[in-house]
Amino acid sequence: MHTSIGAVAKRPFGRRLLAATAGLAFGVAAALPAQAQDTIKVGILHSLSGTMAISETTLKDVMLMLIEEQNKKGGVLGKKLEAVVVDPASNWPLFAEKARELITKDKVAVVFGCWTSVSRKSVLPVFKELNSILFYPVQYEGEESERNVFYTGAAPNQQAIPAVDYLMSKDGGEAKRWVLAGTDYVYPRTTNKILEAYLKQKGVADADIMINYTPFGHSDWQTIVSDIKKFGSAGKKTAVVSTINGDANVPFYKELGNQGVKATDIPVVAFSVGEEELAGIDTKPLLGHLAAWNYFQSIKTPINDKFIADWKSFIKNPKRVTNDPMEAHVVGFAMWVKAVEKVKSTDPDKVIDALPGIEAPNLTGGTSKMLPNHHITKPVFIGEVRGDGQFDVVWKTPGLVPGDAWSNFLPGSKDLEADWVTLKCGNYNTATKKCGGGS
Amino acid sequence: MGAFGDRFIALVLALGVLAAVITPARAGPYEDALAHFTADSFDQTIEGINAVATSGNAFAAPVISALQEGRLFFSADSKRVFIREPGDRLIDAATGQPVAADPPDLAPVRLNNRLRRIVEAALGSLTLMAPDPGKRLEAAQAVLKSKDPNALPALDQAIAKESDARVKLALTEARAAVVLYSDNASDDDKLDAIALIRQRGDQDALALLGGLPASASPAVKKAASEAIASVQNSLALWTAVQNAWYGLSLGSVLLLAAIGLAITFGVMGVINMAHGEMVMLGAYTTFVVQEVIRARNPALFDYSLAIAIPLAFLVAGFVGILIERGIIRFLYGRPLETLLATWGLSLIIQQAVRTAFGPTNKDVGNPSWMSGSFDLGHITITYNRLWIIVFTLLIFVGLLGLLRFTRFGLEMRAVTQNRAMAASMGIRTSRIDALTFGLGSGIAGLAGVALSQIDNVSPNLGQGYIIDSFMVVVFGGVGNLWGTLVGAFTLGIANKFLEPYAGAVLGKIAILVLIILFIQKRPRGLFALKGRAVEA
Repeated sequence: MHTSIGAVAKRPFGRRLLAATAGLAFGVAAALPAQAQDTIKVGILHSLSGTMAISETTLKDVMLMLIEEQNKKGGVLGKKLEAVVVDPASNWPLFAEKARELITKDKVAVVFGCWTSVSRKSVLPVFKELNSILFYPVQYEGEESERNVFYTGAAPNQQAIPAVDYLMSKDGGEAKRWVLAGTDYVYPRTTNKILEAYLKQKGVADADIMINYTPFGHSDWQTIVSDIKKFGSAGKKTAVVSTINGDANVPFYKELGNQGVKATDIPVVAFSVGEEELAGIDTKPLLGHLAAWNYFQSIKTPINDKFIADWKSFIKNPKRVTNDPMEAHVVGFAMWVKAVEKVKSTDPDKVIDALPGIEAPNLTGGTSKMLPNHHITKPVFIGEVRGDGQFDVVWKTPGLVPGDAWSNFLPGSKDLEADWVTLKCGNYNTATKKCGGGS
Repeated sequence: MGAFGDRFIALVLALGVLAAVITPARAGPYEDALAHFTADSFDQTIEGINAVATSGNAFAAPVISALQEGRLFFSADSKRVFIREPGDRLIDAATGQPVAADPPDLAPVRLNNRLRRIVEAALGSLTLMAPDPGKRLEAAQAVLKSKDPNALPALDQAIAKESDARVKLALTEARAAVVLYSDNASDDDKLDAIALIRQRGDQDALALLGGLPASASPAVKKAASEAIASVQNSLALWTAVQNAWYGLSLGSVLLLAAIGLAITFGVMGVINMAHGEMVMLGAYTTFVVQEVIRARNPALFDYSLAIAIPLAFLVAGFVGILIERGIIRFLYGRPLETLLATWGLSLIIQQAVRTAFGPTNKDVGNPSWMSGSFDLGHITITYNRLWIIVFTLLIFVGLLGLLRFTRFGLEMRAVTQNRAMAASMGIRTSRIDALTFGLGSGIAGLAGVALSQIDNVSPNLGQGYIIDSFMVVVFGGVGNLWGTLVGAFTLGIANKFLEPYAGAVLGKIAILVLIILFIQKRPRGLFALKGRAVEA
């Protein structure tokens, strides 16, 4: 409940402890012999402890698997890849410290990492200052395009907007009333702002939109679920768009199931609930609730089947599932390898210039392409929760959707454009014909 | 569900035998309708459902309910449709004959939410005359939602035959809904329907009245808006009752999390930051118990919590005693060091669990008696919350009894009130310290069993509760169990009455500010108690 107070009270000790941990990690890293000189180092910056470990540990593992597979194929440019794993411990300032350590001390050629937007924002200055490359694999709120960052997760137009379009369609139930429920931080707030503008543009009245925010780790959903029921009983078809983050989803869905909110009455479409999150709940009462992603484990393609089999044998657990951010790393890693091989160098400037235009197969049967705005093209799928914790794809976009860094539905950003190839700018204003420059 | 399944098998078997005897091998409307299911397209499936439902074939209801339950399969190659019966037998939906071997391209007929609503409506019309009153009630609800004008004759027939008063009411309400939305009913009929729906007075009624088509006549619209106002008025009172119930429920969770801390912090004066981790250990014990039961004896699943309760108490209590003996006893009287040491310990325990069980959430199932809800008047009460309130109160009463009526309780109170005097009376104070800490930790473990039912089981579980627990204990009065009880319920109810107005985020901030102000006025909480904890 009062995590804010807790965080304030705990920070000094937390920091001391983290410093100690960091010191230890440093000691261990230093103790390892700097053996093979002819390797290319790949930094992995994902939390392995703390609150975000639940999501990020999996991404660290999938990167290790990809690097191992690449080395079996002979590495890159004739050199083996070497993974450098650090643990930023779900502590945002520590992300910046660890990023600096990876780039200056370990001299990594590229970093794959971060999950939350605040961790990405915290490492941005480091990557700019030291001119390195970050691949960011998670769906996020957009409104950003940096020269040193490549966004392989979905921008809002690759997840949120298509999901709302689906719910407005005949198959989605022609929703007329909308609940936008989210955790109280930057991603849900920005996404909901975009969605609100989009819904109003589609003619939805103010009274038909209910916006609700909850603290991180909220566990008592009784009032909110009964509010949603009440809101849904106005005689118009109601849908819930959920940007509720990670852990809080389990009690939310349990409460939905217990209070008997069925998907046929009020469907919930979630942007942060994937196979990993559902692994913690009995999904039978949730049948028919929806999620919007660019990848689902249940999609049958030969390349996905192989990936799932490889993953299960790599992690030595046949029950482990795959999810969307993992696919983003698969695509991002393949793109980086291609770009390096194209310019025959790991020099950041050369690789950054080479990446736009590079194509790599995604796991759902298409070919994703890196765009000049450093986002990629992705297919969008709507999946329904099945009884076994997987998703059944009920709708998908006809083709691949190009990621849009700056939303067209927000007044501040609709004139902005990102293009690192011709304009060399992440926030070019098409109205004033000026580049906004560094933020 | 199980009972229904059995009945359903019997029904299908009976029908199967019947069909086997009488089905001539010719294509009729029913067989044509089935073909729509083999197209694997949502639009085709809708046509199939409507055609099957109106075919009048005895198989219509079983086919559609199989579709609803995901047991309807098709083979695209042979253009045949099959029903998977409970017990894994596959029968041909056209003939009712069992199929020897599964066709190679067997695939389920897929549904989405639009189709599920159509299925519900179709099944509702088909099962209005079902022999089971529960089934008829469900059917009436489905028609109430679908407002399908074609169901009117079937409804009239069903109402005339109905003997169960509850089902009859539901059927008349369903009829009223159909009439209200029908294009060719007279205004008088519609006004009668509105009066009937107004009597129902719940959220479904509001939905019916609020969603009236624009083509309705002014008189009908006026009556509907009056009815809406009256229903909303009466529901407002129920909302207050509901908030109070939610408050009790939140209060019981707070109490559950805090009651162990009321012992370790309240009675012993130890600032135990690892208290949340004891809760987490209790939840993981529940997970392990359920895993073993799933692997060895799934029939025992409904008893998994009963088995987990003593084990969680022992595991968390044992770890608590280890902590007391290993660390805390060296730090009595040094609160800052205790706080630091236990905070570090909590991180160590979290990471140890993360390493042992993995960082992802663990699936702790709800036994059947903890799932679902029932309606009391116009409020919904979920079973898991109800049982948690009962469980919390049982623990509270048990703990009070232990402190009041046992020798251990007496010694504990003696040591709390005056350590030197108790020691000189021959009480082994260090042993009592260890046992008291073990008791507090064990109770935290019990809390973990209950919280595993409503929260997610991950290494971070305890963190979410530690601050709340301290707040409850400090607010209620350090060292007083009754204070903890009153404090927890006061905070819970205040929070739930604030939440609808202020939102979850602001509501919590407001509560925190209120507590800070309260502590300024009464630093020792609601019920102050003299003892070692206060003097220290």
